[in-house]
Amino acid sequence: MSLLVARDVDVVRDGTVILDGVSLEIQRGEVLALVGPNGAGKSTLLGVLSGDARPTRGAIELDGRPIGDYRPLELARHRAVLTQENAVSFPFRAIEVIQMGRSPWNRTSRIDEDSRAVTDAVEATDVSHLLGRRYTSLSGGEKARVSLARVLAQRTQLLFLDEPTAALDLRHQEDVMLTARALAAEDRAVVVVLHDLSLAGAYADRIALLSGGRLVASGTPHEVLDAEVIGGVYGLAVRVIVQDGVPMVLPVRDSLPR
Amino acid sequence: MALSIVLGAVLVVGVGASSMVGQLPVSPSEVIGSLLRAMGIANGWAPDDPIVESTLWVVRFPRIVMGLMVGAALAVAGAVMQAIFGNPLAEPGVVGVSSGAALGAAIAIAFSITALGNWSVAVLAFAGSLLATFIVYFVSRSGGRTEVVTLLLTGIAINAFAGAGLAFVLFMGSSSSREQIVFWQLGSLNGARWSEALLVAVVCVLGAAVAAAFGRRYDLLALGERNARHLGVNVEGLRMASILLVALLTGIGVAFVGIISFVGLVVPHIIRMAIGPAHRPLIIASAFGGGALLVVADLLTRVLIAGADLPIGMLTSLVGGPFFFFLLFRQRRRSGGWA
Repeated sequence: MSLLVARDVDVVRDGTVILDGVSLEIQRGEVLALVGPNGAGKSTLLGVLSGDARPTRGAIELDGRPIGDYRPLELARHRAVLTQENAVSFPFRAIEVIQMGRSPWNRTSRIDEDSRAVTDAVEATDVSHLLGRRYTSLSGGEKARVSLARVLAQRTQLLFLDEPTAALDLRHQEDVMLTARALAAEDRAVVVVLHDLSLAGAYADRIALLSGGRLVASGTPHEVLDAEVIGGVYGLAVRVIVQDGVPMVLPVRDSLPR
Repeated sequence: MALSIVLGAVLVVGVGASSMVGQLPVSPSEVIGSLLRAMGIANGWAPDDPIVESTLWVVRFPRIVMGLMVGAALAVAGAVMQAIFGNPLAEPGVVGVSSGAALGAAIAIAFSITALGNWSVAVLAFAGSLLATFIVYFVSRSGGRTEVVTLLLTGIAINAFAGAGLAFVLFMGSSSSREQIVFWQLGSLNGARWSEALLVAVVCVLGAAVAAAFGRRYDLLALGERNARHLGVNVEGLRMASILLVALLTGIGVAFVGIISFVGLVVPHIIRMAIGPAHRPLIIASAFGGGALLVVADLLTRVLIAGADLPIGMLTSLVGGPFFFFLLFRQRRRSGGWA
């Protein structure tokens, strides 16, 4: 059974159609990349799938139950979300922020996993040298990694990552995607919004391509990363190169002056 | 640890000095003796003079208890407010909650509203602070955070409106109620009675306990509203409960001792610098710190000018105003603007 099912989801805000008939299934053990141009509705879809917002029409079921039926705490034990907005109001230390990811498991038997979960998350995100620092004094990329560690420490079956690589350098981008793969290998499901199509092509099991609020294409990287489809959606001529068996998308830059 | 010792020392010295100093000086041994006797331990230190005994038990002790409890209530209200606004500059006095309470109380005094018996002033003060908290909260927040500018501007608007209301009430009231309102607005612990002090104590202790119980959720709220929800916090419920809590703690303080500003700003801020921002210890330490601060401030109001009992609200604002400016200045420098 699919972990998360979205059926015919419409979202209309202030009379504007933001999502239009999107249907999607997310399986355990897979990394699903959500891609699309700016304003395609990726973040809205992520918000609806993660239970933050209710769709105007359509149904979303998590583990066979409508997502709206979950209480906040229950939902927090099923899914974790890394948002793009990761400011912290008070000068907590990085370690305290990461430990906050364990709070949904307070007073449950899984509280025993606490230190293990935090250690693993710290290792996966390479933030062990930041733990004693004030979160508010960290750089953008460091904040992003500490926040990712917090989300990983939550240890849920389903993870939503909204542009987790946006503020990161090359190596940490790869680290994040490798972490997503490792989670999938543990039979968890990861939904990740990405702008870098080559990153999606290399690490996702499936790619869902959104444009203008509609799901334009969905399938394996080789199926979705088609020069014609991508070119049409982004309004830009692209070339798809396969290297090491992985499709990579590059803009056509023939006319660039040299 | 160091903080507990400092707070404990300030509390003991403040309470002790407050018991001894006044028109009728009482020696430390007489204070201790009287307290021991009240606990049923006969001793030779206890004062024989009934005037000393009644000075302590009718005048000074209720005043001290009132100071401790109001200070604790205001400091806890400040810490809670900062938590739900996600802004260290939120304070009941600055954003107008205290003036809302003041308006409610002034209405009760000027129009001799006694429908609710002796507690009419307290109930109306609570209603006023509740209304003001709701307005500030819903006007000044966006996306789970409050920008300093919006917060302060909302505070200005509410203070102005409540000020106009107060002026109207003063205008309409009799000259005796006018005088009562003016003095009460300046804030004073003078004339605190046991019945009032105990009511404030009950509200304060319960309120602080609830706030401390919410502590971990406030920590999560620091991550932003959405992230807190992702971690299982019922943000709407927490927000509503916290607003009621702030209104209750502020309203009860203002109702009996008048407007005492900046306690809710200064105390949590200093505690945060000493032990970090985690809310449960912050709230508990703020309660003790606020109590200590107000007892010491009250002592100062009595000794700074011999024979005069200065308004305590004036004193806290005198110190708190520059402190607030300092915080604002620092935050501006750090964020490069008035964001």
